[in-house]
Amino acid sequence: MATNILMPALSPTMEEGKLSRWLVKEGDAVKAGDVLAEIETDKATMEVEAVDEGWIGKILVPAGTDGVKVNAPLALLLAEGEQLGVVAPSAAKQNIESAMNAQDKPAKAAALKVEVRKSGTVTATPPKPAAGGGTRIFASPLARRIAAQKGVDLATLVGSGPRGRIVKSDVEQSKSVVRALSTKDGAAGSAILGVAMLPDAKLFYPAGSYDETPHDSMRKAIAKRLTSAKTLIPHYYLTVDCNLDALLAARERMNTAAPLVNGGEGRKDKIPAYKLSVNDFIVKASAMALMKHRDVNASWTDTAILHHKEANVGVAVALDFGLITPIVFQAQTKGLVEISAEIKSLATRAREKKLKPSEYEGGGFSVSNLGMLGIKNFTAIINPPQSCILAVGAGEACPIVVNGKIEVATLMTVTMSVDHRVVDGSTGAKFLATFKQFIEEPASMLL
Amino acid sequence: MSESYDVSVVGGGPGGYVCAIRCAQLGLKTAVVERERMGGICLNWGCIPTKALLRSSEIWHLVHRLDEFGISADNFKFDIAKIVARSRAVSKQLSDGVSFLMKKHKITVIAGEAKLAGNGKLTVSKDGQTSSVTAKNIVLATGARARTFPGLEPDGKLVWTYREAMVPDRFPQSLLVVGSGAIGIEFASFYQTLGAKVTVVELLDRVLPAEDEEISAFAAKAFTKQGMKLKTGTEVTELKRGADSVTCTLKDKSGKTEQVTVERVILATGIVGNVEDIGLEQAGIQVAGTHVVAGEYGETGVNGVWAIGDLVGGPWLAHKAMHEGVIVAEKIAGVPGVHPLDTNNVPGCTYCWPQIASVGLTEAKAKATGRKIKVGRFPFLGNGKAIALGEADGLIKTVFDATTGELLGAHLVGAEVTELIQGYVVAKTGELTDSELSRTIFPHPTLSEIMHEAVLAAEGAALHI
Repeated sequence: MATNILMPALSPTMEEGKLSRWLVKEGDAVKAGDVLAEIETDKATMEVEAVDEGWIGKILVPAGTDGVKVNAPLALLLAEGEQLGVVAPSAAKQNIESAMNAQDKPAKAAALKVEVRKSGTVTATPPKPAAGGGTRIFASPLARRIAAQKGVDLATLVGSGPRGRIVKSDVEQSKSVVRALSTKDGAAGSAILGVAMLPDAKLFYPAGSYDETPHDSMRKAIAKRLTSAKTLIPHYYLTVDCNLDALLAARERMNTAAPLVNGGEGRKDKIPAYKLSVNDFIVKASAMALMKHRDVNASWTDTAILHHKEANVGVAVALDFGLITPIVFQAQTKGLVEISAEIKSLATRAREKKLKPSEYEGGGFSVSNLGMLGIKNFTAIINPPQSCILAVGAGEACPIVVNGKIEVATLMTVTMSVDHRVVDGSTGAKFLATFKQFIEEPASMLL
Repeated sequence: MSESYDVSVVGGGPGGYVCAIRCAQLGLKTAVVERERMGGICLNWGCIPTKALLRSSEIWHLVHRLDEFGISADNFKFDIAKIVARSRAVSKQLSDGVSFLMKKHKITVIAGEAKLAGNGKLTVSKDGQTSSVTAKNIVLATGARARTFPGLEPDGKLVWTYREAMVPDRFPQSLLVVGSGAIGIEFASFYQTLGAKVTVVELLDRVLPAEDEEISAFAAKAFTKQGMKLKTGTEVTELKRGADSVTCTLKDKSGKTEQVTVERVILATGIVGNVEDIGLEQAGIQVAGTHVVAGEYGETGVNGVWAIGDLVGGPWLAHKAMHEGVIVAEKIAGVPGVHPLDTNNVPGCTYCWPQIASVGLTEAKAKATGRKIKVGRFPFLGNGKAIALGEADGLIKTVFDATTGELLGAHLVGAEVTELIQGYVVAKTGELTDSELSRTIFPHPTLSEIMHEAVLAAEGAALHI
């Protein structure tokens, strides 16, 4: 019995991915657990394994195909002794059609359109985008007018009306960012349109004066997520200076006391079992402060605020090809050594694109540290569905006034970006005060 | 041994029988359980028989104007028994027609009262006997009945609901109608036109309170001119039933009371859903007030049980129930692209004299949405056909979104407007804007030209005024 190998959903939010590589070819015998292909999502590369044995009858989606919808058939797996042409020609053809379809640009086109005939039989026909062949677009007059007023390109829409006609609601739902902006003060707002409809940068530079790097899926995800986060979340910012002297001294003592262990594979020397960084303390202090201020450890939904029970702290990790924020789960229960080791492991695997979606999705709070690059202070964009992100600057020797005298202390400036829908100013400020206390007197985290 | 179906519809009214036909068209094995006559209230005790009655009163009105049209005749009489008999015959013809449609579509009609029995089962009781029906899907379409209030209960003799008002044994010379919605006003208009002294009591501050304020004021003026007494902002506090008359105590907003004695009272104070004795509670189906809570596709939250029509709430109109019946049938059959009903596109018609029809938002409601609107008005007096017909009293009003040109609402009062309104409904459903409507060629001479002019008027471009 021929079975389809389907595009897996690697995470709850995944809609599509890139089939980057086939590790098998047509005619290969496979058994359960064999790696068949590699899928690249916005965040990670994952392997597709065979769940059954048989042989690859037909590869339906070629390697390098971008935007393959979840559940689209990738290949046809045949049982031993089965032949492609004999067994399921129609099924194969239909699968090829739907897979092709899955590559169609308008996102909604992936679902097969099913027509129920009077006889009760069901036939499948591939849906056509409203802009069939790029010539005539079927849209209601009202949809056309609203699209023109809002600067929405009808060719980018798939209609939900009769026979795929674009209707008012399709246009209204198409650019929720534009709509959210333009209804903010009740004005139709052509000035705001300017924000949403940025000009094509290519128009400004002569061809040949630049190299072009097409977006990979991570770049697209960063652009999409951060644009909506920064536009739709009402950010505000709280800044505080923390005196690092006590923390640095404690860190020094702890690192010196680290036992020596074997250097691991290929190394004969002994190395310290751990080397704590300032950032490890910041993650720990954040987790402890989140447990004291649960109002900050929260997420917005349309109907309620979700208060998280654990302190799951994301740590922004820069990659050559973008960035990702893996999460230290239940950081409040973990010691500094454990946090340190976990962040190292997450960062290493992130750079190798080996993180599982469950390791970077969700979380209640994020820390982004650019201190090691000499940045004194910056503001970060909130990482939805979280409500706060802490932007950490470099610790620098600064003059401070103690009892009327100028002294030198190591100060670190942190700025927290806060979603005002969830956390009001004083709540955010109280959280930061606790955070500052933990950083300035690390031992108080033991209280 | 119980029969098994793909779909079993409970209630053979317009929602139920249309749902059944659509199910059958889509290849589903379908049954309808009906406790009385096919066609439900609409066909037997509502929309249809009242239209037959109102046709008689319209003709009665016209024969009194014969002179105006150059025709002489006298000694007119009407026979209320014959008027009622014609109305009943019309209902019977249509109810029989629905039964024929059921046969034609091989839909099983089961007589009796159905009750949900869980797991896709219905028990049907008829004359003390019970049987059971099994269906993969059950569509509840049990409709609604007149709302009553304590102290103001109908008795069928002196105090009527629509049922008795439709089949009077003799013509009452004076009437008090409680409630000025579509049902109340239609009966008021029928009896007033045939010569009864009619008083209408409305709790709110205007008659036809759901209509656009300007339209309801226009209608109120016309009714008053015909001799109808309208008492708005007034409630009935007591009905004292005599031998062949009722003394009604009315109280206005200021607390002032008065007494009116009439031969009969008609109660038309809204309707309540028939939610009782169909096993909703045991099935775990949520009821809010007197209506079943259903999703936009008629889902009840219980797998395989759907609800449509008056049972799930307003607007309480047969065509809304029919449309929901089609939606549910297509959802059950898995037809793609089914859209939920948009109440903004459901027209409402009242067949009084003058007729009233509307769709979408009233001017006040459109304004309340905060958008910039433009309003067009055109009187029947500016229309050639209206004058030729001798029906120059009427008004059509359009409400547009000034920015997008979307037709937000249309409000009509005057002759035959219930037949005209569909033009605006088509425009709204097809999302035509003021621009397409302006460029549409309406035939001359027709009343429909008033619709065109009312669109042009919104732009200050009406031609014949």
